[in-house]
Amino acid sequence: MTEVPEHLLKRAAARKAALAGGGDEAVEAAAPEVAESAEVEAAPPVVQDTGDVITEDVGGVPAHLLERSRRRKAAAAAGEGGAAVPSAAASTATATKAKAPAMTAGAASGVGPGGHTQRLLTVVKAGSIQQTKGEAQDKVHTWPHLLSLEFASVLSMTAIITIFSALVKAPLLGLADVNRTPNPSKAPWYFLGLQELLTMFHPMVAGVTVPGVALVLIAFAPFLDKNPSNKPADRKYAISMFTLFLMFWAVLVIIGSFFRGEGFNFVLPWTSKVFFEL
Amino acid sequence: MATTADGKGSGPAAKLKEKGNEVWGNVQGSQAWGAIFRPGSVFRKGYTDSPRNRSYVIMNNVLYHLHPVKVKRHAVKVSYTLCLGGLSFFLFILLTVTGIFLMFFYRPTATDAWQTVQTLETGVAFGSLVRNMHRWGAHLMVLSVFLHMSRVFYHGAYKSPREFNWIIGVVLLLLTLLLSFTGYLLPWDQLALWAVTVGTNMMGYTPVFGNEVRFVLLGSKEIGNDTLLRWYVLHVLMLPFVIVIFMAVHFWRVRKDGGISGPL
Repeated sequence: MTEVPEHLLKRAAARKAALAGGGDEAVEAAAPEVAESAEVEAAPPVVQDTGDVITEDVGGVPAHLLERSRRRKAAAAAGEGGAAVPSAAASTATATKAKAPAMTAGAASGVGPGGHTQRLLTVVKAGSIQQTKGEAQDKVHTWPHLLSLEFASVLSMTAIITIFSALVKAPLLGLADVNRTPNPSKAPWYFLGLQELLTMFHPMVAGVTVPGVALVLIAFAPFLDKNPSNKPADRKYAISMFTLFLMFWAVLVIIGSFFRGEGFNFVLPWTSKVFFEL
Repeated sequence: MATTADGKGSGPAAKLKEKGNEVWGNVQGSQAWGAIFRPGSVFRKGYTDSPRNRSYVIMNNVLYHLHPVKVKRHAVKVSYTLCLGGLSFFLFILLTVTGIFLMFFYRPTATDAWQTVQTLETGVAFGSLVRNMHRWGAHLMVLSVFLHMSRVFYHGAYKSPREFNWIIGVVLLLLTLLLSFTGYLLPWDQLALWAVTVGTNMMGYTPVFGNEVRFVLLGSKEIGNDTLLRWYVLHVLMLPFVIVIFMAVHFWRVRKDGGISGPL
Protein backbone atom coordinates (compact mmCIF):
# COMPACT_ATOMS: atom_id res chain seq x y z
CA MET A 1 0.00 0.00 0.00
CA THR A 2 1.17 3.49 -0.69
CA GLU A 3 2.20 5.59 2.21
CA VAL A 4 -0.50 7.87 3.53
CA PRO A 5 0.73 11.39 4.27
CA GLU A 6 1.04 12.34 7.92
CA HIS A 7 -1.51 15.13 7.86
CA LEU A 8 -4.14 12.93 6.25
CA LEU A 9 -3.60 10.22 8.85
CA LYS A 10 -3.98 12.81 11.58
CA ARG A 11 -7.13 14.15 10.03
CA ALA A 12 -8.57 10.66 9.67
CA ALA A 13 -7.82 9.86 13.31
CA ALA A 14 -9.44 13.08 14.48
CA ARG A 15 -12.42 12.37 12.33
CA LYS A 16 -12.79 8.82 13.58
CA ALA A 17 -12.67 10.03 17.16
CA ALA A 18 -15.26 12.65 16.41
CA LEU A 19 -17.48 10.10 14.68
CA ALA A 20 -17.32 7.81 17.66
CA GLY A 21 -18.29 10.70 19.94
CA GLY A 22 -20.68 12.72 17.84
CA GLY A 23 -22.48 9.84 16.18
CA ASP A 24 -25.10 10.42 13.54
CA GLU A 25 -25.34 14.15 13.96
CA ALA A 26 -21.78 14.64 12.81
CA VAL A 27 -22.13 12.46 9.78
CA GLU A 28 -25.25 14.25 8.80
CA ALA A 29 -23.43 17.52 8.85
CA ALA A 30 -20.97 16.17 6.36
CA ALA A 31 -23.40 14.19 4.21
CA PRO A 32 -23.69 15.24 0.58
CA GLU A 33 -26.65 17.19 -0.57
CA VAL A 34 -29.27 14.98 -2.09
CA ALA A 35 -32.50 16.83 -2.44
CA GLU A 36 -32.57 20.53 -2.03
CA SER A 37 -36.23 20.87 -2.89
CA ALA A 38 -37.17 18.57 -0.09
CA GLU A 39 -35.28 20.57 2.43
CA VAL A 40 -36.94 23.79 1.51
CA GLU A 41 -40.30 22.30 2.40
CA ALA A 42 -38.92 20.72 5.50
CA ALA A 43 -39.14 22.06 9.02
CA PRO A 44 -37.48 25.39 9.77
CA PRO A 45 -33.80 25.07 10.51
CA VAL A 46 -32.95 24.08 14.00
CA VAL A 47 -29.72 25.65 14.97
CA GLN A 48 -27.74 23.12 16.88
CA ASP A 49 -24.21 22.78 17.96
CA THR A 50 -22.82 20.11 15.66
CA GLY A 51 -19.84 19.47 17.82
CA ASP A 52 -17.76 20.90 15.02
CA VAL A 53 -16.52 17.62 13.63
CA ILE A 54 -15.06 19.17 10.56
CA THR A 55 -13.43 21.89 12.58
CA GLU A 56 -10.80 22.69 9.95
CA ASP A 57 -13.53 23.38 7.42
CA VAL A 58 -15.95 25.37 9.45
CA GLY A 59 -14.12 28.63 9.01
CA GLY A 60 -14.01 28.25 5.27
CA VAL A 61 -17.45 26.86 4.52
CA PRO A 62 -19.65 29.52 2.96
CA ALA A 63 -22.58 30.55 5.14
CA HIS A 64 -25.23 29.42 2.69
CA LEU A 65 -23.77 25.92 2.59
CA LEU A 66 -23.76 25.72 6.37
CA GLU A 67 -27.30 26.94 6.39
CA ARG A 68 -28.28 24.36 3.82
CA SER A 69 -26.57 21.66 5.82
CA ARG A 70 -28.51 22.63 8.93
CA ARG A 71 -31.78 22.55 7.08
CA ARG A 72 -30.87 19.17 5.70
CA LYS A 73 -30.16 17.91 9.18
CA ALA A 74 -33.48 19.15 10.42
CA ALA A 75 -35.23 17.40 7.56
CA ALA A 76 -33.39 14.19 8.24
CA ALA A 77 -34.26 14.39 11.92
CA ALA A 78 -37.90 14.77 10.93
CA GLY A 79 -37.59 11.71 8.67
CA GLU A 80 -36.08 9.64 11.45
CA GLY A 81 -38.90 10.67 13.72
CA GLY A 82 -41.32 8.87 11.42
CA ALA A 83 -42.56 11.86 9.39
CA ALA A 84 -42.80 11.17 5.65
CA VAL A 85 -40.35 13.11 3.55
CA PRO A 86 -42.68 14.66 1.02
CA SER A 87 -40.60 14.60 -2.15
CA ALA A 88 -39.61 11.72 -4.38
CA ALA A 89 -36.31 13.43 -4.95
CA ALA A 90 -35.49 12.79 -1.34
CA SER A 91 -35.97 9.06 -1.67
CA THR A 92 -32.27 8.30 -1.56
CA ALA A 93 -31.94 10.11 1.68
CA THR A 94 -35.01 8.34 3.02
CA ALA A 95 -33.76 4.95 1.97
CA THR A 96 -30.48 5.39 3.76
CA LYS A 97 -32.29 6.83 6.69
CA ALA A 98 -34.54 3.78 6.92
CA LYS A 99 -31.52 1.54 7.17
CA ALA A 100 -29.88 3.82 9.64
CA PRO A 101 -30.96 2.33 12.98
CA ALA A 102 -29.66 -1.07 12.02
CA MET A 103 -26.41 0.26 10.76
CA THR A 104 -25.56 2.70 13.50
CA ALA A 105 -23.67 0.07 15.37
CA GLY A 106 -21.48 -0.76 12.42
CA ALA A 107 -20.00 2.70 12.11
CA ALA A 108 -16.50 1.41 11.64
CA SER A 109 -17.43 -1.18 9.02
CA GLY A 110 -17.74 -0.68 5.21
CA VAL A 111 -20.89 1.33 5.58
CA GLY A 112 -20.60 4.52 7.54
CA PRO A 113 -22.69 5.55 10.50
CA GLY A 114 -26.24 6.28 9.55
CA GLY A 115 -25.91 3.81 6.71
CA HIS A 116 -24.17 6.31 4.41
CA THR A 117 -21.92 4.92 1.77
CA GLN A 118 -20.56 8.33 0.82
CA ARG A 119 -19.10 11.15 2.77
CA LEU A 120 -18.19 14.72 2.03
CA LEU A 121 -14.50 14.94 1.31
CA THR A 122 -14.22 18.60 0.64
CA VAL A 123 -16.18 21.67 -0.12
CA VAL A 124 -14.74 23.66 -2.99
CA LYS A 125 -15.41 27.31 -2.54
CA ALA A 126 -16.82 29.11 -5.53
CA GLY A 127 -13.91 31.52 -5.66
CA SER A 128 -11.33 28.78 -6.00
CA ILE A 129 -12.81 27.48 -9.22
CA GLN A 130 -11.23 29.13 -12.21
CA GLN A 131 -13.86 31.09 -13.97
CA THR A 132 -13.24 31.73 -17.62
CA LYS A 133 -15.31 34.37 -19.22
CA GLY A 134 -15.17 33.78 -22.94
CA GLU A 135 -15.81 36.98 -24.79
CA ALA A 136 -17.16 36.23 -28.20
CA GLN A 137 -14.49 37.15 -30.72
CA ASP A 138 -14.98 37.68 -34.38
CA LYS A 139 -12.76 34.98 -35.85
CA VAL A 140 -12.21 33.47 -39.25
CA HIS A 141 -10.60 30.24 -40.33
CA THR A 142 -6.86 30.47 -40.95
CA TRP A 143 -7.46 28.38 -44.05
CA PRO A 144 -8.42 29.83 -46.43
CA HIS A 145 -8.55 33.41 -45.17
CA LEU A 146 -5.02 33.88 -43.81
CA LEU A 147 -3.11 31.21 -45.70
CA SER A 148 -4.27 32.32 -49.13
CA LEU A 149 -3.27 35.86 -48.27
CA GLU A 150 0.14 34.78 -47.07
CA PHE A 151 0.61 32.66 -50.13
CA ALA A 152 -0.25 35.58 -52.38
CA SER A 153 2.10 37.96 -50.61
CA VAL A 154 4.94 35.43 -50.62
CA LEU A 155 4.43 34.83 -54.34
CA SER A 156 4.42 38.54 -55.11
CA MET A 157 7.52 39.10 -53.01
CA THR A 158 9.32 36.29 -54.82
CA ALA A 159 8.27 37.70 -58.15
CA ILE A 160 9.38 41.22 -57.25
CA ILE A 161 12.79 40.09 -55.99
CA THR A 162 13.38 37.77 -58.93
CA ILE A 163 12.50 40.39 -61.52
CA PHE A 164 14.45 43.10 -59.73
CA SER A 165 17.47 40.78 -59.42
CA ALA A 166 17.30 39.89 -63.09
CA LEU A 167 17.39 43.57 -63.99
CA VAL A 168 19.70 45.14 -61.41
CA LYS A 169 23.12 43.72 -60.71
CA ALA A 170 24.49 43.62 -57.19
CA PRO A 171 27.68 45.66 -56.94
CA LEU A 172 31.00 43.89 -57.09
CA LEU A 173 33.87 46.36 -57.11
CA GLY A 174 37.52 45.55 -57.57
CA LEU A 175 39.44 43.19 -55.31
CA ALA A 176 39.83 44.44 -51.75
CA ASP A 177 43.05 46.41 -51.32
CA VAL A 178 44.09 47.54 -47.87
CA ASN A 179 46.47 50.10 -49.32
CA ARG A 180 43.94 51.87 -51.52
CA THR A 181 41.31 53.71 -49.48
CA PRO A 182 38.32 54.74 -51.57
CA ASN A 183 37.19 58.32 -51.17
CA PRO A 184 34.72 58.52 -49.51
CA SER A 185 34.60 55.29 -47.44
CA LYS A 186 31.07 54.63 -46.34
CA ALA A 187 29.54 52.08 -43.99
CA PRO A 188 26.50 50.03 -45.08
CA TRP A 189 23.47 52.28 -45.45
CA TYR A 190 21.87 51.30 -42.14
CA PHE A 191 24.99 52.48 -40.31
CA LEU A 192 25.31 55.73 -42.27
CA GLY A 193 23.27 57.56 -39.64
CA LEU A 194 25.95 56.67 -37.11
CA GLN A 195 28.72 57.62 -39.50
CA GLU A 196 26.98 60.93 -40.03
CA LEU A 197 26.87 61.49 -36.28
CA LEU A 198 30.61 60.82 -36.15
CA THR A 199 31.18 63.94 -38.22
CA MET A 200 29.47 66.03 -35.54
CA PHE A 201 30.37 64.50 -32.21
CA HIS A 202 33.19 62.79 -30.40
CA PRO A 203 33.30 59.07 -31.28
CA MET A 204 32.39 58.17 -27.70
CA VAL A 205 29.15 60.11 -28.10
CA ALA A 206 28.31 59.32 -31.70
CA GLY A 207 29.52 55.73 -31.85
CA VAL A 208 28.55 54.46 -28.42
CA THR A 209 26.40 56.75 -26.30
CA VAL A 210 23.76 57.83 -28.82
CA PRO A 211 23.12 54.40 -30.38
CA GLY A 212 23.31 52.75 -26.96
CA VAL A 213 20.76 55.09 -25.40
CA ALA A 214 18.54 54.84 -28.48
CA LEU A 215 18.62 51.05 -28.31
CA VAL A 216 17.81 50.95 -24.60
CA LEU A 217 14.97 53.44 -25.06
CA ILE A 218 13.48 51.38 -27.88
CA ALA A 219 13.86 48.05 -26.09
CA PHE A 220 12.23 49.36 -22.93
CA ALA A 221 9.48 51.30 -24.67
CA PRO A 222 6.77 48.98 -23.23
CA PHE A 223 7.90 49.85 -19.72
CA LEU A 224 8.34 53.56 -20.35
CA ASP A 225 4.98 53.94 -22.03
CA LYS A 226 2.48 53.36 -19.21
CA ASN A 227 -0.54 54.38 -21.25
CA PRO A 228 -2.67 51.23 -21.63
CA SER A 229 -4.60 52.45 -24.67
CA ASN A 230 -3.66 51.52 -28.21
CA LYS A 231 -5.92 54.10 -29.83
CA PRO A 232 -3.88 56.60 -31.84
CA ALA A 233 -5.99 59.43 -30.41
CA ASP A 234 -4.85 58.54 -26.87
CA ARG A 235 -1.21 58.13 -27.79
CA LYS A 236 -0.32 61.43 -29.36
CA TYR A 237 2.81 61.83 -27.24
CA ALA A 238 4.17 58.32 -27.86
CA ILE A 239 3.42 58.52 -31.57
CA SER A 240 5.04 61.91 -32.00
CA MET A 241 8.13 60.85 -30.04
CA PHE A 242 8.55 57.72 -32.13
CA THR A 243 7.98 59.63 -35.35
CA LEU A 244 10.64 62.14 -34.29
CA PHE A 245 12.97 59.24 -33.55
CA LEU A 246 12.35 57.71 -36.98
CA MET A 247 12.76 61.05 -38.73
CA PHE A 248 16.01 61.71 -36.86
CA TRP A 249 17.58 58.51 -38.17
CA ALA A 250 16.01 58.73 -41.59
CA VAL A 251 17.37 62.23 -42.14
CA LEU A 252 20.83 61.22 -40.91
CA VAL A 253 20.87 58.13 -43.15
CA ILE A 254 19.72 60.13 -46.17
CA ILE A 255 22.32 62.82 -45.59
CA GLY A 256 25.02 60.21 -45.06
CA SER A 257 23.95 58.31 -48.17
CA PHE A 258 23.40 61.02 -50.72
CA PHE A 259 24.78 64.29 -49.39
CA ARG A 260 28.31 63.18 -48.52
CA GLY A 261 30.98 63.20 -51.18
CA GLU A 262 34.76 63.03 -51.25
CA GLY A 263 36.33 63.35 -47.83
CA PHE A 264 32.81 62.84 -46.45
CA ASN A 265 32.18 66.51 -47.17
CA PHE A 266 28.68 67.82 -47.68
CA VAL A 267 27.69 67.80 -51.35
CA LEU A 268 24.44 68.18 -53.24
CA PRO A 269 23.66 64.99 -55.14
CA TRP A 270 22.22 66.94 -58.09
CA THR A 271 25.36 69.02 -58.59
CA SER A 272 27.96 66.32 -57.95
CA LYS A 273 27.77 62.57 -58.48
CA VAL A 274 26.15 60.29 -55.90
CA PHE A 275 28.59 58.34 -53.74
CA PHE A 276 26.34 55.52 -52.71
CA GLU A 277 26.58 51.76 -53.17
CA LEU A 278 24.22 49.18 -51.74
CA MET B 1 -18.63 -1.91 -61.71
CA ALA B 2 -20.85 0.93 -60.73
CA THR B 3 -20.75 2.81 -64.01
CA THR B 4 -21.73 -0.16 -66.16
CA ALA B 5 -24.44 -1.13 -63.74
CA ASP B 6 -25.90 2.35 -64.23
CA GLY B 7 -25.99 1.63 -67.92
CA LYS B 8 -23.76 4.53 -68.94
CA GLY B 9 -20.09 4.82 -69.83
CA SER B 10 -19.18 1.42 -71.16
CA GLY B 11 -16.62 2.75 -73.66
CA PRO B 12 -12.83 2.47 -73.31
CA ALA B 13 -12.60 6.00 -71.83
CA ALA B 14 -14.93 5.06 -69.03
CA LYS B 15 -12.98 1.90 -68.41
CA LEU B 16 -9.76 3.87 -68.24
CA LYS B 17 -11.33 6.26 -65.79
CA GLU B 18 -12.54 3.38 -63.73
CA LYS B 19 -9.07 1.89 -63.71
CA GLY B 20 -7.57 5.25 -62.79
CA ASN B 21 -9.92 5.65 -59.87
CA GLU B 22 -9.07 2.17 -58.71
CA VAL B 23 -5.33 2.82 -58.80
CA TRP B 24 -5.77 6.16 -57.04
CA GLY B 25 -7.91 4.46 -54.46
CA ASN B 26 -5.21 1.87 -53.88
CA VAL B 27 -2.58 4.58 -53.48
CA GLN B 28 -4.71 6.46 -50.98
CA GLY B 29 -5.49 3.26 -49.15
CA SER B 30 -1.85 2.17 -48.97
CA GLN B 31 0.09 2.04 -45.76
CA ALA B 32 2.71 4.48 -47.05
CA TRP B 33 0.09 7.10 -47.87
CA GLY B 34 -1.52 6.63 -44.52
CA ALA B 35 1.84 6.93 -42.82
CA ILE B 36 2.63 10.24 -44.52
CA PHE B 37 -0.72 11.96 -44.11
CA ARG B 38 -2.40 12.10 -40.75
CA PRO B 39 -5.94 10.81 -40.24
CA GLY B 40 -8.21 13.67 -41.15
CA SER B 41 -5.74 15.13 -43.61
CA VAL B 42 -7.39 16.45 -46.74
CA PHE B 43 -4.95 14.34 -48.74
CA ARG B 44 -6.53 11.27 -47.24
CA LYS B 45 -10.20 12.04 -47.28
CA GLY B 46 -10.51 14.72 -49.94
CA TYR B 47 -11.52 18.33 -49.45
CA THR B 48 -14.96 19.77 -49.65
CA ASP B 49 -15.41 23.22 -48.22
CA SER B 50 -16.85 22.92 -44.73
CA PRO B 51 -15.90 24.48 -41.40
CA ARG B 52 -14.74 21.06 -40.25
CA ASN B 53 -12.44 20.60 -43.23
CA ARG B 54 -11.14 24.15 -42.92
CA SER B 55 -10.03 23.27 -39.41
CA TYR B 56 -8.54 19.98 -40.54
CA VAL B 57 -6.36 21.70 -43.13
CA ILE B 58 -4.47 23.46 -40.34
CA MET B 59 -4.68 20.75 -37.71
CA ASN B 60 -3.15 18.09 -39.94
CA ASN B 61 -0.42 20.33 -41.22
CA VAL B 62 2.98 21.33 -39.91
CA LEU B 63 1.73 24.91 -40.18
CA TYR B 64 -0.23 24.18 -37.03
CA HIS B 65 3.01 25.07 -35.24
CA LEU B 66 2.74 28.57 -36.64
CA HIS B 67 -0.95 29.27 -37.02
CA PRO B 68 -3.99 28.48 -34.91
CA VAL B 69 -7.08 27.07 -36.60
CA LYS B 70 -8.82 30.41 -36.33
CA VAL B 71 -7.54 33.96 -36.21
CA LYS B 72 -9.20 37.26 -35.41
CA ARG B 73 -10.99 38.65 -38.39
CA HIS B 74 -9.13 41.94 -38.31
CA ALA B 75 -5.81 40.06 -38.26
CA VAL B 76 -6.19 39.03 -41.88
CA LYS B 77 -6.57 42.60 -43.08
CA VAL B 78 -3.52 43.53 -45.13
CA SER B 79 -4.03 47.17 -44.19
CA TYR B 80 -3.40 46.30 -40.54
CA THR B 81 -0.16 44.29 -40.68
CA LEU B 82 0.99 45.08 -44.23
CA CYS B 83 2.32 41.51 -44.01
CA LEU B 84 5.60 42.95 -42.75
CA GLY B 85 6.37 40.39 -40.06
CA GLY B 86 5.49 37.47 -42.29
CA LEU B 87 7.47 38.92 -45.18
CA SER B 88 10.50 39.38 -42.94
CA PHE B 89 10.27 35.69 -42.10
CA PHE B 90 9.80 34.78 -45.72
CA LEU B 91 12.82 36.89 -46.72
CA PHE B 92 14.83 35.02 -44.12
CA ILE B 93 13.82 31.73 -45.76
CA LEU B 94 14.59 33.11 -49.22
CA LEU B 95 18.00 34.29 -47.97
CA THR B 96 18.69 30.87 -46.46
CA VAL B 97 17.87 29.12 -49.73
CA THR B 98 19.86 31.48 -51.93
CA GLY B 99 22.64 31.58 -49.34
CA ILE B 100 23.02 27.80 -49.40
CA PHE B 101 23.33 27.99 -53.17
CA LEU B 102 26.07 30.61 -52.83
CA MET B 103 27.93 28.50 -50.29
CA PHE B 104 28.54 25.83 -52.91
CA PHE B 105 30.76 28.22 -54.85
CA TYR B 106 32.29 30.53 -52.26
CA ARG B 107 35.62 30.14 -50.45
CA PRO B 108 36.19 32.37 -47.40
CA THR B 109 39.87 33.16 -47.86
CA ALA B 110 41.37 36.52 -48.72
CA THR B 111 43.05 35.09 -51.80
CA ASP B 112 40.03 33.21 -53.19
CA ALA B 113 36.91 35.00 -51.98
CA TRP B 114 36.70 37.73 -54.59
CA GLN B 115 37.69 35.34 -57.38
CA THR B 116 35.00 32.81 -56.45
CA VAL B 117 32.36 35.53 -56.41
CA GLN B 118 33.58 36.69 -59.79
CA THR B 119 33.38 33.13 -61.12
CA LEU B 120 29.92 32.76 -59.62
CA GLU B 121 28.83 35.90 -61.47
CA THR B 122 30.18 34.84 -64.84
CA GLY B 123 30.59 31.09 -64.91
CA VAL B 124 27.78 29.53 -62.89
CA ALA B 125 24.27 28.96 -64.20
CA PHE B 126 21.94 31.43 -62.45
CA GLY B 127 24.87 32.40 -60.23
CA SER B 128 24.49 36.09 -60.90
CA LEU B 129 20.71 35.99 -60.43
CA VAL B 130 20.93 34.14 -57.13
CA ARG B 131 23.63 36.43 -55.80
CA ASN B 132 21.55 39.45 -56.76
CA MET B 133 18.52 37.94 -55.05
CA HIS B 134 20.57 37.31 -51.94
CA ARG B 135 21.90 40.84 -51.84
CA TRP B 136 18.64 42.66 -52.60
CA GLY B 137 16.71 40.31 -50.37
CA ALA B 138 19.11 41.12 -47.53
CA HIS B 139 18.65 44.87 -47.89
CA LEU B 140 14.92 44.34 -48.15
CA MET B 141 14.90 42.24 -44.99
CA VAL B 142 16.64 44.97 -43.00
CA LEU B 143 14.02 47.35 -44.30
CA SER B 144 11.05 45.07 -43.67
CA VAL B 145 12.13 44.17 -40.13
CA PHE B 146 12.55 47.86 -39.42
CA LEU B 147 9.17 48.72 -40.92
CA HIS B 148 7.58 45.85 -39.00
CA MET B 149 8.92 47.35 -35.79
CA SER B 150 7.51 50.75 -36.72
CA ARG B 151 4.15 49.21 -37.55
CA VAL B 152 4.06 47.46 -34.20
CA PHE B 153 4.94 50.66 -32.41
CA TYR B 154 2.26 52.71 -34.15
CA HIS B 155 -0.35 50.11 -33.24
CA GLY B 156 0.77 50.14 -29.61
CA ALA B 157 1.17 46.40 -29.98
CA TYR B 158 4.14 46.29 -27.59
CA LYS B 159 1.87 46.95 -24.61
CA SER B 160 0.91 44.36 -22.04
CA PRO B 161 0.93 41.38 -22.46
CA ARG B 162 3.34 41.77 -25.37
CA GLU B 163 6.22 43.61 -23.67
CA PHE B 164 8.54 40.64 -23.75
CA ASN B 165 7.86 39.89 -27.38
CA TRP B 166 8.75 43.47 -28.25
CA ILE B 167 12.13 43.01 -26.61
CA ILE B 168 12.63 39.76 -28.51
CA GLY B 169 11.76 41.77 -31.61
CA VAL B 170 14.42 44.38 -30.86
CA VAL B 171 16.94 41.53 -30.50
CA LEU B 172 15.77 40.18 -33.86
CA LEU B 173 16.33 43.58 -35.45
CA LEU B 174 19.88 43.66 -34.06
CA LEU B 175 20.54 40.13 -35.29
CA THR B 176 19.23 41.09 -38.72
CA LEU B 177 21.61 44.06 -38.84
CA LEU B 178 24.50 41.85 -37.74
CA LEU B 179 23.64 39.22 -40.35
CA SER B 180 23.56 41.87 -43.04
CA PHE B 181 26.78 43.46 -41.82
CA THR B 182 28.72 40.18 -41.61
CA GLY B 183 27.53 39.29 -45.09
CA TYR B 184 28.69 42.66 -46.36
CA LEU B 185 32.36 41.67 -46.01
CA LEU B 186 32.19 38.36 -47.80
CA PRO B 187 32.53 39.47 -51.46
CA TRP B 188 35.92 40.88 -50.43
CA ASP B 189 35.81 43.78 -52.84
CA GLN B 190 36.72 47.39 -52.14
CA LEU B 191 33.14 48.18 -51.08
CA ALA B 192 33.07 45.32 -48.57
CA LEU B 193 36.49 45.96 -47.12
CA TRP B 194 36.07 49.66 -46.51
CA ALA B 195 32.47 49.59 -45.38
CA VAL B 196 33.46 47.04 -42.78
CA THR B 197 36.55 49.04 -41.86
CA VAL B 198 34.37 52.06 -41.15
CA GLY B 199 31.84 49.93 -39.28
CA THR B 200 34.32 48.11 -37.06
CA ASN B 201 36.23 51.34 -36.36
CA MET B 202 32.95 52.68 -34.97
CA MET B 203 32.66 49.67 -32.66
CA GLY B 204 36.25 50.25 -31.60
CA TYR B 205 35.04 53.37 -29.79
CA THR B 206 33.36 51.20 -27.16
CA PRO B 207 34.55 52.57 -23.82
CA VAL B 208 37.27 50.72 -21.91
CA PHE B 209 37.19 47.58 -24.06
CA GLY B 210 37.24 49.33 -27.46
CA ASN B 211 40.41 47.69 -28.75
CA GLU B 212 39.45 44.29 -27.37
CA VAL B 213 36.02 44.44 -28.96
CA ARG B 214 37.59 45.34 -32.27
CA PHE B 215 40.15 42.55 -31.94
CA VAL B 216 37.51 39.93 -31.18
CA LEU B 217 35.46 41.10 -34.14
CA LEU B 218 38.34 41.16 -36.59
CA GLY B 219 40.24 38.16 -35.28
CA SER B 220 43.39 40.26 -35.62
CA LYS B 221 44.53 43.88 -35.50
CA GLU B 222 43.53 44.58 -39.07
CA ILE B 223 40.89 43.19 -41.41
CA GLY B 224 42.30 40.16 -43.18
CA ASN B 225 42.06 36.42 -43.68
CA ASP B 226 41.05 35.78 -40.07
CA THR B 227 38.32 38.38 -40.22
CA LEU B 228 36.91 36.86 -43.37
CA LEU B 229 36.75 33.36 -41.90
CA ARG B 230 35.33 34.65 -38.63
CA TRP B 231 32.59 36.66 -40.32
CA TYR B 232 31.84 33.85 -42.71
CA VAL B 233 31.15 31.44 -39.86
CA LEU B 234 29.12 34.09 -38.06
CA HIS B 235 27.16 34.80 -41.22
CA VAL B 236 26.36 31.29 -42.39
CA LEU B 237 26.13 29.42 -39.12
CA MET B 238 26.13 31.17 -35.81
CA LEU B 239 23.89 34.17 -36.42
CA PRO B 240 21.29 32.17 -38.41
CA PHE B 241 21.24 29.62 -35.60
CA VAL B 242 20.69 32.29 -32.97
CA ILE B 243 18.12 34.20 -34.99
CA VAL B 244 16.10 31.03 -35.65
CA ILE B 245 15.84 30.42 -31.91
CA PHE B 246 14.73 33.98 -31.29
CA MET B 247 12.25 33.76 -34.15
CA ALA B 248 10.78 30.58 -32.69
CA VAL B 249 10.25 32.31 -29.36
CA HIS B 250 8.87 35.37 -31.15
CA PHE B 251 6.27 33.41 -33.11
CA TRP B 252 5.34 31.28 -30.12
CA ARG B 253 4.77 34.37 -28.02
CA VAL B 254 2.61 35.96 -30.69
CA ARG B 255 0.17 33.08 -30.23
CA LYS B 256 0.53 32.83 -26.48
CA ASP B 257 -0.13 36.54 -26.08
CA GLY B 258 -3.45 36.12 -27.84
CA GLY B 259 -2.58 36.49 -31.50
CA ILE B 260 -1.69 39.78 -33.07
CA SER B 261 -2.83 42.93 -31.30
CA GLY B 262 -5.76 45.13 -32.09
CA PRO B 263 -8.15 46.05 -33.49
CA LEU B 264 -7.43 49.67 -32.72
